[in-house]
Amino acid sequence: MHAITIEGLRKDYAAGFWKKTHITALKPLHLAVEQGETFGFLGPNGAGKTTTLKLLMGIIFPTEGTATILGRHYQDPEIKKRIGFLPEQPYFYDYLSAPELLDYFARLSGMQSADRKHKIPAVLEKVGLADVGNKQLRKFSKGMLQRVGIAQAIVHDPEVVLLDEPMSGLDPLGRHEVRELLQSLKDSGKTIFFSTHILSDAEALCDRVAVIHKGELKGVGVVNELRSGSGTKSEVIWQGADALTALARDVMDPHVTGELVRAAVAKDQLDRVLEKLRQQGATLISVTPLHGTLEEYFLAQTSKEEVLKA
Amino acid sequence: MISRLTAITLNTFREAVRDRVLYNLIVFVLILLASAPLFSQISIDIERLMLVNLGLSAISIFGVIIAIFIGIGLVAKEIEKKTLYTILARPVRRWEFVVGKYLGLVLTLVTNAAFMTIGFFGALLLYTRPLTRSDASLLVAIYFILLEFLIITALTLLFSSFSSPIFSALFAFALFVIGTFSEDLKNFASMSHGISRWGASAASWVIPNFASLNVISQVAHKQPVGGSLVLFNTAYALLYTATVTLGAVLIFERRNLK
Amino acid sequence: MTVSRKHSVIASLLLIGLFAGSVLALRQIQLLRGNQATLEDVLYLPSGKTIKRMSLGYSGLLADIYWTRAVQYFGAAHMRRAEHYDLLYPLLDITTDLDPQLIVAYEYGSVFLSQNPPEGAGEPDKAVALVQKGIRENPTYWRLYFTLGFIQFQDRHDYRAAQEAFEKGSQIHGAMPWMKVMAARMAEKADDIETAMALWNGVYENTVDKDVKKTALGHLQSLQADAGIMELERRVQFYRERTGSLPTDWPELIPAGLLRGIPLDPTGDPYKLLPNGKVEVTDANKYPYLGEWLQKHPKPF
Repeated sequence: MHAITIEGLRKDYAAGFWKKTHITALKPLHLAVEQGETFGFLGPNGAGKTTTLKLLMGIIFPTEGTATILGRHYQDPEIKKRIGFLPEQPYFYDYLSAPELLDYFARLSGMQSADRKHKIPAVLEKVGLADVGNKQLRKFSKGMLQRVGIAQAIVHDPEVVLLDEPMSGLDPLGRHEVRELLQSLKDSGKTIFFSTHILSDAEALCDRVAVIHKGELKGVGVVNELRSGSGTKSEVIWQGADALTALARDVMDPHVTGELVRAAVAKDQLDRVLEKLRQQGATLISVTPLHGTLEEYFLAQTSKEEVLKA
Repeated sequence: MISRLTAITLNTFREAVRDRVLYNLIVFVLILLASAPLFSQISIDIERLMLVNLGLSAISIFGVIIAIFIGIGLVAKEIEKKTLYTILARPVRRWEFVVGKYLGLVLTLVTNAAFMTIGFFGALLLYTRPLTRSDASLLVAIYFILLEFLIITALTLLFSSFSSPIFSALFAFALFVIGTFSEDLKNFASMSHGISRWGASAASWVIPNFASLNVISQVAHKQPVGGSLVLFNTAYALLYTATVTLGAVLIFERRNLK
Repeated sequence: MTVSRKHSVIASLLLIGLFAGSVLALRQIQLLRGNQATLEDVLYLPSGKTIKRMSLGYSGLLADIYWTRAVQYFGAAHMRRAEHYDLLYPLLDITTDLDPQLIVAYEYGSVFLSQNPPEGAGEPDKAVALVQKGIRENPTYWRLYFTLGFIQFQDRHDYRAAQEAFEKGSQIHGAMPWMKVMAARMAEKADDIETAMALWNGVYENTVDKDVKKTALGHLQSLQADAGIMELERRVQFYRERTGSLPTDWPELIPAGLLRGIPLDPTGDPYKLLPNGKVEVTDANKYPYLGEWLQKHPKPF
């Protein structure tokens, strides 16, 4: 059973003065997330990430399509006991304190009072808010609010956690802490689905990512493969600048410093280049594989035109 | 379901309290206390009359104002501030949310009115002769005021579920005023012809009837209130409120939130 | 929620059902409170001035509402041929306190008040008080003097006061010259039937309200018929004195020079000559006020 399946969810908006024009915020989306995996939903601002999450949460209704969560229909209210959600830039009742908010939310999620009594302090500790006491939320900093947000998303121990831009507005320290939190959630076996436009976060945490752009899914891939798969290069350094002429078309970005030449070579060209260097009588100094980045994958996908299904 | 409803109701009540809404009670008490020396210049009977008129009218007006001011934001504020998102991500049904908020506001209004009633009877004891049997009709008048609250809160909730706070306030206030003259509307209907007659008739059924819920003048003059009127007013208020609340739920259930 | 159709249909039906229930309950409430429900508070209100203060500047609107209630109250009572119109004066008093320039309340209201039951409340003194209030607040409106004079003459039979009213009214700029004529009539010929006719003719000519016109016409024609009957009976007596017996039919009077043809009443029907010398109209239903003047002025000769 998948943790989440998205089956053709689509969202159109009527716009314009007479509501005649239609804007498609999300083109029919097909996606599946496995249980236990950490899935990153990447895309620039306005790509449709938040729309997708809002559709899944039942905040807005799709023009067509459906979805399942843990095998049940996504709008089934009972399934919400097993999922947690952190919206983008969340705002909570500022007249409540953190424990009060969590107690209220936990109650709504169906937790019994004995359960709440010991889980709430535990989760506050886990997100690093053990000392807030009864301070009202209106006095919390942005970073603290974000942590409260994560706390309310996990207090009822859900199997699936969905987060919309969990790092937004945080300083590097805050981001680091949130990353650690997510990592620990991942380690405890939860399925995590989060959207972001910060690629390094996705790279660090995710098992798989999907790239979405202008309402369309552009590509889905396993992070590890994307990093070391096709398109990676090696950096070759040799001595013997005259050899460069013969190799000019096989190498990229050559730099010459005296007799030393440094250039990048595509993976499938590597053997041929090394052979040619030997023939030219150049002295090989080093060969270093270069890892591709998620960034390159991302940029490549967002410039593609066709839609992939995964 | 009950547990979720209760949680939302109590939280809404808590919000009102922390919003310092109940401070209006202080204003109420001050008004009663300040006016008493003025009344005491006049004879005893008039004093009671004016105290009852003033006290009951204040309970009614303060309550309606609070109902509208808080009611307009009941749903709209949650949508605007996005506090709703994390609620809907939980097993809460949309209708539970609407009804819970409604009950929370009603609870606030009833509590407010309860305190005011105590203060009012206190003032009555203090400044006029001891309470008699006939003063039970004062409680009936207050009960009718509570029924008014049920209706006006439901209407404000209805508007809050689809329109902005300012318009909600305008519509709710307009309906309150027109509803006070609903029996006159019926008179207009019976005296006119054609389309105006039809329109005025239809309106007199649809707009809330506050006229029959206002027995303040009556009880001020120590006239008793009939039992059947109590019965039918209760039935009317409950049925009308249920209609409006159901309407609010239906609208909210289908609404795409921002 | 992408709710199912069934859910929507059930909910809508439930909504309609609840609303229907509320309408039924409201119906019961209205039956309980009766038609005059809006008027209860009139009995309890301290005074129009207090209401005016409480109305926060919307007293004009409130005045219109109270005037409507007064009309409704009067109409309903009138329909049941009531003997008491207790709330009429308080309603009119409040209305005119709220809007002292609401002329129609003085003009029509006072007439409702002064006419005898079941036509009206039968309170001419209060009617006079109301009109005088109207005159105080609207000193340049001469028609109120006409209303005053009318009430004094018709319902209170105070010819002196009627004359004063017509006289004062005639002095206001814009008043119809006819006011002076009426003043003169009041002074000298108050008891003449022509004076009453002139008064009702004045009402008939000067009003635009259809119902008032109809009433005035009714009065006028009844008076004309009364006058006709009186005159014809006089001529019948004259004939009897001359010939020693009563005529059996109208044509007998023609050779005697007492008539030129068959006498017709104001609506064109011939008068009936009775064997005992009395005269009647053919259809008394056309003359709702027939005989009233004669009752108030017995033995005119």
